[in-house]
Amino acid sequence: MNRHSPAKTYRRKLDLKHGRVDMSHGAGGRAMADLITGIFRAAFANEWLDQGNDQASFPTPAGGRMVMTTDGYVVSPLFFPGGDIGSLAVHGTINDVAMAGARPLYLSASFIIEEGFPFSDLKRIADSMGRAAAEAGVPVVTGDTKVVERGKADGVFIATAGIGTVPDGIVLSGDRAVPGDVVLISGSLGDHGVAIMSCRANLEFETAILSDSAALHDLVAAMIAAAGPHLRLLRDPTRGGLAATLNELAHQSGVGFRIDEDAIPVKPQVAAACELLGLDPLFVANEGKLVAVVAPEGADALLAAMRAHGLGREAAVIGSVVEDDQRFVQMTTSFGGGRIVDWLSGEQLPRIC
Amino acid sequence: MKYVNEYRDGALARDIAAAIAAEVRPDRTYAFMEFCGGHTHAISRYGVEDLLPANLRMIHGPGCPVCVLPVGRIDDAILLARRPGVTLCTYADLMRVPASKSASLLKAKADGADIRMIYSPLDAVRIAEAEPDRQVVFFAIGFETTTPPTAVALKTAEAKGLTNFSVFCNHVLTPVAMRAILDTPPAQGEPPIAIEGFVGPAHVSTIIGMEPYREFAENDRKPVVIAGFEPLDVMQAILMLVRQVNEQRSEVENQYIRAVTQAGNATAQAICEEYFEIRENFEWRGLGVLAASALKLRDKYARFDAEQRFAVTTVHADDNPACECGSILRGQKKPAECKLFGTVCTPETPMGSCMVSSEGACAAHWAYGRFREHQARSATSLLPVS
Amino acid sequence: MCLAIPALVTQLLPDKMARISLDGVMKTISVMLVENVAPGDYVIVHVGHALAKIDQVEAAHTLALLAEAAALGEAAVAERRA
Repeated sequence: MNRHSPAKTYRRKLDLKHGRVDMSHGAGGRAMADLITGIFRAAFANEWLDQGNDQASFPTPAGGRMVMTTDGYVVSPLFFPGGDIGSLAVHGTINDVAMAGARPLYLSASFIIEEGFPFSDLKRIADSMGRAAAEAGVPVVTGDTKVVERGKADGVFIATAGIGTVPDGIVLSGDRAVPGDVVLISGSLGDHGVAIMSCRANLEFETAILSDSAALHDLVAAMIAAAGPHLRLLRDPTRGGLAATLNELAHQSGVGFRIDEDAIPVKPQVAAACELLGLDPLFVANEGKLVAVVAPEGADALLAAMRAHGLGREAAVIGSVVEDDQRFVQMTTSFGGGRIVDWLSGEQLPRIC
Repeated sequence: MKYVNEYRDGALARDIAAAIAAEVRPDRTYAFMEFCGGHTHAISRYGVEDLLPANLRMIHGPGCPVCVLPVGRIDDAILLARRPGVTLCTYADLMRVPASKSASLLKAKADGADIRMIYSPLDAVRIAEAEPDRQVVFFAIGFETTTPPTAVALKTAEAKGLTNFSVFCNHVLTPVAMRAILDTPPAQGEPPIAIEGFVGPAHVSTIIGMEPYREFAENDRKPVVIAGFEPLDVMQAILMLVRQVNEQRSEVENQYIRAVTQAGNATAQAICEEYFEIRENFEWRGLGVLAASALKLRDKYARFDAEQRFAVTTVHADDNPACECGSILRGQKKPAECKLFGTVCTPETPMGSCMVSSEGACAAHWAYGRFREHQARSATSLLPVS
Repeated sequence: MCLAIPALVTQLLPDKMARISLDGVMKTISVMLVENVAPGDYVIVHVGHALAKIDQVEAAHTLALLAEAAALGEAAVAERRA
């Protein structure tokens, strides 16, 4: 249904309060059109979706290179302190594009919804995505909807894609770190993972920790403006935390890292929650932070630019890149001793021992 | 965090390290065992070994209840979890431990078994109460620290009159294991036992007090210093052990005076006494079958005993024959000296008990310390300038 | 074994439970194993249970002993350098 439909077309309004998604909403018929109009187009509101096509078209940006990313969002619980699966999907996809130094342009979002999922929750998620996209200035221009039988999807899964353009002269890649480079982090670690865990059944505690889920493209733009030619790479330490990111980079670049535990910002409540559960903040997911590796000449300017930005106020230099044929990430502990920061094989689980 | 951060102060650590270095006699070596896996973890995670003199060695003990749990018992738990109608509640530590035929609780969960990770035994009781048509089994593990909470869960289940709650009990005893470490003769060709003293477990001791360690100090002439959980506590305890050895004393001393008393926690001891009794024998991974080393539920509480309710029969499963855990646990060998370390045996594919959880000697070395082998070749090592 | 952490008791609850706070992270735990717990006490918490009270006097004493050992160490280093 769009602006050319007959004015008096009868459309049952979606019962957004009590209605639930059923198999008909994924069947491609009128029910699905109603769902898309009533929930997704209402939330995302842009000219591309209004065209009503299965694809969005736009002029090719002039100059630079294009960046494309895709992501899947399966977080549980769907709603958590500081965000939800929708805002997470928007922020995460934008960030993947931004980590290439690119300006994100457009997003797509594909929804796989479990039969029985309440419209009210779906609307809440869509509205959250719409707000996140609008705040970031990156619209969701195309999407898809599928419904699967009860039990085949944990409420809703969201798959996204994002595209952007990288300015000429900016080449950021995980294999570009060289010994002597400086490693920075944009802020405190562990907020998102702890916020998620505070919701999980059997791990209840009240905490004011909010997920740090945020779109980082504006911060990245400021960083490029300040130190663009000296930047080697950016990466956001999501699943697996800082530990996974640094180990990945060590192998990609063929180097080692030496970091200083005292330099790594961790909020006291996050540290306390990790202590209670036996978790190490280094392995906990972040959704609004980035790791930057920069040539030493650019480190000061970069740090200043990050700290001047709202999302980088707590930015810090945490270490350096070294030669290491074992690709170890070595850390000087707050205690003064040494240890490696290992690459966990699976998810970090709480422990009693 | 109060009562935590003060005991992690790096500046104090360096000075205490200097005190230890000043008091060790240069003409001899010192070898102490920290029994408790939590201490092993603290030592590794904070890099305490970098701060100890070269002639002082810490031997990592078997005080890791996940590590010493035999494969057969995990197999039992998986079988229980697979039974229709059973909900198995477990600490997260056990989820990834490999069982026979590469099974694990995590994999069984993926296959559809109702396995739930809990933080406290009372969570299992709550689940039993909330889901009366499920048979809720709590997979209980741990040394004397963790046993009283299981007893509280039993007491709570009893008070609520629950008929769908049972405990699969694998609680083990510290002093018996320490005795086994000292009494097991070295394998052929190995030198005599090196351990000259023990850093005693922190939280086990809050429960059992100081008395149970007296036999090691008095009969075996092995000093025991009970240490708190933080790295400064461990270092102070090491200093106290060095002094005992130098002065040829052999006593039970308490460094963890803020939490451990001579008598321990009488309330906790009494509630354990009410619900548990000592098993005749129990197999420990890496140490073999030890008499009077583990607990089971008393007969009057048989209705809460999962082994009786579900007729559990444990089948022994062997470790890899090249596994050196036994020697490593006794301090005869180091993790890097085991042929399987780092190749066949890694935290993802542990062959023996020492690699199973992050507190085991091999796992701790892998996760935190294996850079030390390569340190000599690297120009960027982290050894502090003394 | 035995990951346990000192936490502040903020409130006693019925059925021998209590609310604790660790730097603002709140949790409800059992205090059945420790006698005479009161708000303001610090307890060692393990798997959702208080196991022991922190003796605040002895804690201070430990810090004093640590400082003493540290002073000895400092002196030893100074002596070596002299």
